[in-house]
Amino acid sequence: MFSDYSMSELGAIFAMQGFAGLILFSVFVLMALGLAIIFGQMGVINMAHGEFMILGAYVTYLTSNLFAAWLPGVFGMYFFVAMILAFIASGALGLFIEWAMIRHLYKRPLDTLLATWGLSLILQQVYRSVFGAREVGVSIPDWMMGSLPVTDMIEVPINGIFVMVLATGISLAVYYMMFRSSWGLQVRAISQNRVMADAVGINTAWTDRLTFGIGCGVAGVAGSAFTMIGSTGPTAGQLYIVDTFLVVVFGGAASLLGTIASAFSISQAQSIMEFFLSGSMAKVLTLLVVVGILMIRPQGLFTLKLRK
Amino acid sequence: MTDRKIPKSLAGPSRRAFMAGSAAMTASLFAPKALFAQDYPTAQINTTGLAVTDDTVTIGILHSVTGTMAISETGSVQAEKLAIEQINAQGGILGRKIEYIQEDGASDWPTFAEKARKLLVNDKVASVMGCWTSASRKAVLPVFEQNNGMLYYPTFYEGLEESPNVIYTGQEATQQIIAGLNWVNETKGAKSFYLLGSDYIWPRTSNKIARKHIENFMDGCEVVGEDYYPLGHTQFNSVINKIRLKKPDVIYAIVVGGSNVAFYKQLKAAGIDMTKEAPIVLTISVTEDEIRGIGGENMEGAYACMKYFQSLDNDNNIAFVKAFKDMWGEDIVIGDVTQAAYLGPWLWKAAVEKAGSFDIDKVREAQIGVELETAPEGYVKVHENHHLWSKTRVGRAKLDGQYEVVFETADLVEPNPFPEGYQ
Amino acid sequence: MERSSNRLFTTQDILGFAVLAVIIFIVLPMALDSFRLNLFGKYLTYAFVAVGLVLCWGAGGILSLGQGVFFGLGGYCMAMFLKLEASTPKNTAIQSTPGIPDFMDWNQLTALPWWWEPFNSLFFTMIAVVAVPVVFALIIGVAMFRRRVGGVYFAIITQAFAAILTILIIGQQGFTGGVNGITDLRTLHGWDIRTNDAKEVLYFVNAGLLFACLLIAQFVRKSKLGRLLIAMRDQEDRVRFSGYDVASFKIFIFCLGAAFAGIGGAMFTLQVGFMSPTLVGIVPSIEMVIFCAVGGRLSILGAVYGALLVNWAKTSLSESFPELWLLGLGGLFIAVVMVFPNGLAGVYAEHIAPRLSGLFGGKTGAAKSPKETPAE
Repeated sequence: MFSDYSMSELGAIFAMQGFAGLILFSVFVLMALGLAIIFGQMGVINMAHGEFMILGAYVTYLTSNLFAAWLPGVFGMYFFVAMILAFIASGALGLFIEWAMIRHLYKRPLDTLLATWGLSLILQQVYRSVFGAREVGVSIPDWMMGSLPVTDMIEVPINGIFVMVLATGISLAVYYMMFRSSWGLQVRAISQNRVMADAVGINTAWTDRLTFGIGCGVAGVAGSAFTMIGSTGPTAGQLYIVDTFLVVVFGGAASLLGTIASAFSISQAQSIMEFFLSGSMAKVLTLLVVVGILMIRPQGLFTLKLRK
Repeated sequence: MTDRKIPKSLAGPSRRAFMAGSAAMTASLFAPKALFAQDYPTAQINTTGLAVTDDTVTIGILHSVTGTMAISETGSVQAEKLAIEQINAQGGILGRKIEYIQEDGASDWPTFAEKARKLLVNDKVASVMGCWTSASRKAVLPVFEQNNGMLYYPTFYEGLEESPNVIYTGQEATQQIIAGLNWVNETKGAKSFYLLGSDYIWPRTSNKIARKHIENFMDGCEVVGEDYYPLGHTQFNSVINKIRLKKPDVIYAIVVGGSNVAFYKQLKAAGIDMTKEAPIVLTISVTEDEIRGIGGENMEGAYACMKYFQSLDNDNNIAFVKAFKDMWGEDIVIGDVTQAAYLGPWLWKAAVEKAGSFDIDKVREAQIGVELETAPEGYVKVHENHHLWSKTRVGRAKLDGQYEVVFETADLVEPNPFPEGYQ
Repeated sequence: MERSSNRLFTTQDILGFAVLAVIIFIVLPMALDSFRLNLFGKYLTYAFVAVGLVLCWGAGGILSLGQGVFFGLGGYCMAMFLKLEASTPKNTAIQSTPGIPDFMDWNQLTALPWWWEPFNSLFFTMIAVVAVPVVFALIIGVAMFRRRVGGVYFAIITQAFAAILTILIIGQQGFTGGVNGITDLRTLHGWDIRTNDAKEVLYFVNAGLLFACLLIAQFVRKSKLGRLLIAMRDQEDRVRFSGYDVASFKIFIFCLGAAFAGIGGAMFTLQVGFMSPTLVGIVPSIEMVIFCAVGGRLSILGAVYGALLVNWAKTSLSESFPELWLLGLGGLFIAVVMVFPNGLAGVYAEHIAPRLSGLFGGKTGAAKSPKETPAE
């Protein structure tokens, strides 16, 4: 298939394809981080993860409308405000849900899964009642929608760079919080031995709530960023949920590093196969490889303590 | 002009015949004529136990108002309710007001089948306006055939079907595809095409027809790539790179649902400016409804090929758009399928009045050849294969999310759900 | 566990089975018209899955979110047979290749794939309806349980399987019918399954099979295996240290659940007249868990009531308030988990049974009361 093209064309295409793989990687990381924090540290499966993301997307939509109406002069900057608001909104909802629902269920992790699934249904219907069944169009500032011509052939999408920077930034922030802050120390202590952590005076209830809130907040930021590349509608969260779960499961759930490694391998595999095969076949093959590996190594790539 | 490259089977021998007959029938159908219920005793016009009383007739509306398809089907429900209200304001059908029972298919095909059965068996509705996806239609089809119901199906779809119990008010694939391909070839000189779609029956069948037409009926044209992505896929950077490598004149895109939004946003972000037409983007799946989600700025410059655009400039359409906005709000948009859904109740009304009866068998017989001069898209006529003769148009997306009509076929295009030479 | 559990049936069990039998075999057919009866027949097919889940989840502590896979596999096996029967060369004369299913023809297949061939035989199909899901469950079970994967982790891996199978079926539409599924099924060995009479017969066949499954489930629960399962759920290590092969028990119960689901799927196909990927994916799989949870995850009879009740509520709520349905379903999920962890059966055991036993002189008192905490 390559015989018709010059070397420079091929080089350019492979460079762009590599870049596409990196964008996909960043998207996966953004999607999965929030889930991995909550699951890895608290053992809670948040099935409403996609809906928290979409909340972030709707917040972005509202912010863009507000800026267009009141502050058209700085419309180009609204996206940063929107991401902060998305974090706050999703995080606050997360705190509330933890207080109202999750904290009663820590001893029954399977039940959190069902309860959060119920929550996701309710949120979907709320979005539908508030924003309508149709997708809303989020207008993105012009400077974010173009591409940077690197050479004649190579063009790099700006929103791709944006997603990559964001994914890196959030990963670093999460890493810092987890492993360099006293909150992170407490979270890790709790995930290792809840009773003992309680005994040494850690406020486990508050730490749990904060962890859940931060996980949801990160999901909100991801949703906000995805308005650049995807759709915003009541059920759009479900588009992401399968990929998200696969990334987390494949990575080994308990490990943030595992999540990132698995996002990298799945995204690269998919991106390379998509180039040589039809898109649908690439997806199926990627999934089959993931399943095959999970069959041999069901605990995922990186894991320590999920054996019972 | 479009007929030049359309093979014989598509141009159709029956055109002359229907042209001759049309004038006489139009007069009798659309002359203002008061119909009073007492002229049509219920016992005579309803011999099969349908839900018809002395002053009402009940029909069903069967769409998804929840689930993933609610996004698309909402417009159809609105259009059908508008048509029913307008018909009632004019005095109803055979002097009877239309009442409707609305059921939710919940984007779930077994639910569609279950609700269809309920409407036909329990509620005995006289007809059903409904379904959107092919899957939901396939699910309800046996129910309609077994219980002898009548379904008015609004979506443009893949063809390959001709049920006696369905009237297809949208276009089947050949109607929608061929004129657009010819147009882009003749006016834009396009020679190479990249076919792209979501992975299910409609895009695949449509692209198959497009490929056959490009390779067999368009001189010197070729398909340089064909690709499918799962429904709901949101990452299109790889295929955009493939498109860059192949440098096609036309990207022929049949992406649907949430994937649509992702595809056009990423296309723009990758530096493919559709207003420059290099390459041209031609789609058959993006109506004004979808542009609301995609954003006009991401769609500007793309061409769409279908039978109806909200911007059509004719008296019927201006009145329709006004009535629609009066009923459902000023900022609403109307897409191809919404308009086709609007035709359903009107076509049924015309058939019932022509038959002088609500009996399904009589309505079915009367339905063939029914014409509608009041259709927003212009004149349409029911073909004996239960599809509509209709014009095909090409529109160019503008920044405000509307299409500007740049081309329409001179004649009505004959529906041909089982196209020979395209299998 | 309970004192009286060595007997296969306690008085209460017999009473419970008898009441359910009366409802399913006599009350429902008498009270409902043919349309509604067919609907309840459809709901009962989900009860197969729910009963399997009671064994896996309630008794064994293994929550599978991929039961839709087994339901779907059983359903697809049956659908393949029916589709082949419906695709006679005469019926499909309009196609370019007559004699193969219509969707294959639309996808340019010119011959029947080899793995469709055996489904020309009803006998093979009936075995496959059970065997295919069981083999699948066996592979998953061996891979997971031998490596001691369980709990939440098992739940999301099975969920991934549900997602993957859906994408596979949709993506391979030439072989599977894609999103549309396998539709337009007509006859079973020449017997038209679309008529009202046929649907009524199928309802009773379905109910009979369900009772067979219920009896098997009851037997398993009361056997030594059943008691070991509960012991494993509560203290897995102790059972292992006592010398039992924990993984094998889990694999067995998981396969049994899959077999029930497969039968349910096949009956679904027969009664509804088609099979589609929407019944395989994540959403139906989780809904099936909720049927079980509403009925009471510890009670096999409760699971049947749960499946009937939730689906009946779904149908009637979505008929009158379609927009509220999701709120209602979501609220139900949360309420069951937070307030009634043992579902209907729990409510019955705590509030109704004591009064009943008062009426009956307290002979059977507390024999069935599931005072255990739910799984995990």
